[in-house]
Amino acid sequence: MTDLRKYAGMALIALALLALPLVLTSMGTAWVRITNLAILFVFLSLGLNIVVGMAGLLDLGYIAFYAVGAYVYALLASPHFGLHLPFWVILPIGALLAGLAGAVLGAPTLRLRGDYLAIVTLGFGEIVRILMNNLSAPFNITNGPKGITRIDGLNVAGMSFNSTDTLFGISFTGPAKYYYILLLLLLCVIAVNLRLQKSRIGRAWVAIREDELAAKSAGINTRNVKLLAFAMGASFGGIAGGMFAAMQGFVSPESFILQESVMVLAMVVLGGMGNVWGVIAGALLLSFVPEFLRYTVEPAQKMLFGRLLVEPEVLRMLIFGVALVLTMRFRPAGLWPEARHRREFGEKRA
Amino acid sequence: MDIFLQQIINGLTTGSVYAIVALGYTMVYGVIQLINFAHGEVVMIGAMVAFTVITALVGAGLPLPPIVLVFAGVLTAVPVCMAIGYLLERVAYRPLRHAPRLAPLITAIGMSIILQHLALLIWGRDPRAFPQIMEVTSFNLGGAAISSVQIVIILLSVVMMGVLTWFVYRTRFGIAIRASAEDVRVAALMGVDANRVIAATFIIGAAMGAVAGVMYGTYYGIAHYTMGFTLGLKAFSAAVLGGIGNLAGAMLGGILLGLVEALGAGYIGDLTDLCQWPVFGGLLAERCEADGHVILLGSNYQDVFAFLVLILVLVFRPSGLLGERVAERA
Repeated sequence: MTDLRKYAGMALIALALLALPLVLTSMGTAWVRITNLAILFVFLSLGLNIVVGMAGLLDLGYIAFYAVGAYVYALLASPHFGLHLPFWVILPIGALLAGLAGAVLGAPTLRLRGDYLAIVTLGFGEIVRILMNNLSAPFNITNGPKGITRIDGLNVAGMSFNSTDTLFGISFTGPAKYYYILLLLLLCVIAVNLRLQKSRIGRAWVAIREDELAAKSAGINTRNVKLLAFAMGASFGGIAGGMFAAMQGFVSPESFILQESVMVLAMVVLGGMGNVWGVIAGALLLSFVPEFLRYTVEPAQKMLFGRLLVEPEVLRMLIFGVALVLTMRFRPAGLWPEARHRREFGEKRA
Repeated sequence: MDIFLQQIINGLTTGSVYAIVALGYTMVYGVIQLINFAHGEVVMIGAMVAFTVITALVGAGLPLPPIVLVFAGVLTAVPVCMAIGYLLERVAYRPLRHAPRLAPLITAIGMSIILQHLALLIWGRDPRAFPQIMEVTSFNLGGAAISSVQIVIILLSVVMMGVLTWFVYRTRFGIAIRASAEDVRVAALMGVDANRVIAATFIIGAAMGAVAGVMYGTYYGIAHYTMGFTLGLKAFSAAVLGGIGNLAGAMLGGILLGLVEALGAGYIGDLTDLCQWPVFGGLLAERCEADGHVILLGSNYQDVFAFLVLILVLVFRPSGLLGERVAERA
């Protein structure tokens, strides 16, 4: 009986998720795009969750891996170099290169303490951004601040994802089609994360987070396992970056600034470090709240003061900052904490 | 003009500013073994406040000499920044002193984001230009130019370093700070008020940061709400280079980093001109003929040096040049 109810519930959720873009399209295609970006941020948060939440390594340059994935896609599928490889070739390359970048960053820094790591990753994120901005001379690789345009969209079995198609009398717009493929990818990513969490590696990460010395003496090769966390987290970022490039058709260094890293971190922290479902909820919450603000705060201010006093963009960052501070002070294990994390933070609180 | 000497002078100037900011990081780190992530924003706010005061005074049209104007700006910026430094300690660090290490780092990042965007709200997105209140005179020094601003920055930094050293090594409160850096709990048992000492390190660091912010802004002629980020990162790199937690190390690290950056920016273009290497010169013959040079890395990579220095130090000598502390502590 309970099984039946469980399956019925799951079927309902599945139906709701499948029907979502159709409902959203009626509100305007913009909402489908926003939803798609929110799903990308769920990818990113889950990737960062491996590094910060599970292994307890504070990474402040995470967006760099997103950038690597996006630029790999942009360079291999655009007129910039005249290459037009199919996405199923590029995405794994992007994930691999991002993972490699993660390992390269991790190798010299992982034996250091947490706060050093944080600042080195911050610097690494800056280096990647400076490279994206400047690798246009003497050889034009990234096209500098102008970015790369006219990136190929996804194309599966002859069906382009950038145009509207009609199927069974329902018209599916480009963003709606991306939604479905992102949803599919998301399910895979969630499944991988849930499996990872319970796996030998996942438990090793948690052990390192809680007591590195004890983990080491229990026979865990802490250096390799930490490197793996970095590389795996980074490769999730790489995949998300590739999808971002395909979806937007345009990448430029502006999309990969520190603020984005902070945003992903805020999602992980607010949702509950280490808990896959909490992180997903945090990512969705922090993706949609600013959008609602955009539609409510702006008109409200114009009505009250006659002009825009606080830009929604600024307000968004202020909210992230406040969310980070308040979460850590009053609910350090996040809104939806992982059981073990809750115990860890709860015990040590004075 | 002698480029080498010129870059040394420029490097010493920026290096002095890095050193002063680095002292703020290193003092806090010495006592609580945590990085004050929002220190760069304090420096930025110092510059912004001083610029606002100076601009307002100039706008008021009072017949004050430039030195008084700048002094008024600094005198306003310092208390504001001290208050922010204290606030940082109370909000982001003190409530989480016994929490897992990750927690205060995250609150500090949150505070840094809040401060940066409050500054954006107050002062706007556009860079603030330093009002033209004084004639900058240049002196010739062995074929290189040194401006009055550079002389003041270097001298003021030396004075501040001297005063801080005297304070930490010669006064009673300085001894309390050093005792706490050695071991907070034992110092507390000896009657040192740990809360006061920790708050003091934040406040002193912020006061020096305010002055550094004004110096940096005056030197480059502009202040911007994002300036604290890069400056903070560089100063932190300087502190690590010298050995974090070590006052002399922060000073040395700052000056060295300034020199490395200036010399690097001055010479990297020539060093990475591919045309001078026979291998590339052959491959790129056409472009070398046309332009005379194919520069791989220009001076726009200046900001990368600090991070490279940071990573190299962390790999080869994590305790820094003068640091006796072991960087690895679980």
